[in-house]
Amino acid sequence: MQLQISDFIDLLEREFPEINKGVLKEDTVIEQVIEMSSMNALILISLVKTEYGVSLHAKDLLQAKTVRDLYDIILSRQ
Amino acid sequence: MIYTLIEGIEIAGLSACVPSKVYDNSTYKWISSKEREKFIRVTGIRFRHIADKKLTASTMALHAAKKLIDDLNINSKNIGILIFVSQSRDYYLPQTAALLHRELGLSSDAFVTDISLGCSGYVYGLATAASLLKKTNSSYALLLVADISTRTTPYTDKTTFPLFGDAAAATLLRKNSDAPPIYFTYGTDGDHYEAIIIRHGMFKHGVSPKSFKMKHIAPGIYRHKLHLELDGSQIMHFSITTVVESIKKFFQQLNINQQEVDFFIFHQANKIILETIAKILKIPLQKVPINYDRFGNTSVASIPLCLVTELSRVLNTEQNKLFLSAFGVGLSWGNALIQTDRIHISEISYI
Repeated sequence: MQLQISDFIDLLEREFPEINKGVLKEDTVIEQVIEMSSMNALILISLVKTEYGVSLHAKDLLQAKTVRDLYDIILSRQ
Repeated sequence: MIYTLIEGIEIAGLSACVPSKVYDNSTYKWISSKEREKFIRVTGIRFRHIADKKLTASTMALHAAKKLIDDLNINSKNIGILIFVSQSRDYYLPQTAALLHRELGLSSDAFVTDISLGCSGYVYGLATAASLLKKTNSSYALLLVADISTRTTPYTDKTTFPLFGDAAAATLLRKNSDAPPIYFTYGTDGDHYEAIIIRHGMFKHGVSPKSFKMKHIAPGIYRHKLHLELDGSQIMHFSITTVVESIKKFFQQLNINQQEVDFFIFHQANKIILETIAKILKIPLQKVPINYDRFGNTSVASIPLCLVTELSRVLNTEQNKLFLSAFGVGLSWGNALIQTDRIHISEISYI
């Protein structure tokens, strides 16, 4: 079954407790809710690999502006 | 896949030495308390042992070596091979192994050399020492590994300062015709050499006033060209792709059953890397001993230090099948499978 963006949003909310529930939408600019620090980059890379089997690069995190952008990258590599 | 299979060689004993001074990352005021809390939670690294300015890696290695040699009651003249793996050597030249040779009173015709490697270095050092011992008329080989990473990670760089601790370890190998085979595999990816780098100080750029100019790289990151640079995301990507694939290949192509391994000892990079690797490979965490929480990333010494601090009782009293996976600077990696049978583990020393 294809990964649904709503499931991806749920996962991000669980892993980043600093994000209030319901704040993240498809067009949310990631940097406005998750500071792209080196720690958060590691968390995201680990999360996407263990949950979806997809390996993200630092440049993916730079290119993906919105939640939708990141979701599309993951989907394209599944 | 290139591999080395060595029969008739076993580990006789291990020892380790760390500086007695301890740094608590929860006191690292360069970053906010929120950042400190997150750092410790994500990396798992709370305490690190830090060498003071006068302590050398060779001194720590010597301490570990002497303890092991004394504990095992070995005549140092019977150690015909000495290998020192470090990126914290005493001098530009001569090789630090020559100084260790002198201090340990080894025979003048021993094979003695440095190997310049970091986090992957223990597996490479073990493979080199074991291979040489197999084909040399020496009773023992002594592998010494040591790094003082904290000397190149400034307080003003939040991406490196809180990660590393300093340590040394000694491994004594001996011949035993009944010893089960040891397997080694290797890997290097020079395309990503810049992921872990100190740019100045050697022949590419030398040392000049420019080398010491502090630069503001990003918020909380100030360093100069003789300081360590780490690309955390690149290293994470490397660990969960290249390193994981190398481990899968190791078990598949050598036809070894991963389930039969008693313990998986990874280079103690940090919690998020190790737990991600273990999760991908479906390795239960009870089989993955760690000590990064109390020692940080101790570079080349991290695997033997972990064996000493976490597995001394089982290694002393039982037979064990150990999988070692070391990875880092280069980028490079090495994996090994070694079976031990009641080996001597010296008590950890503090200096």
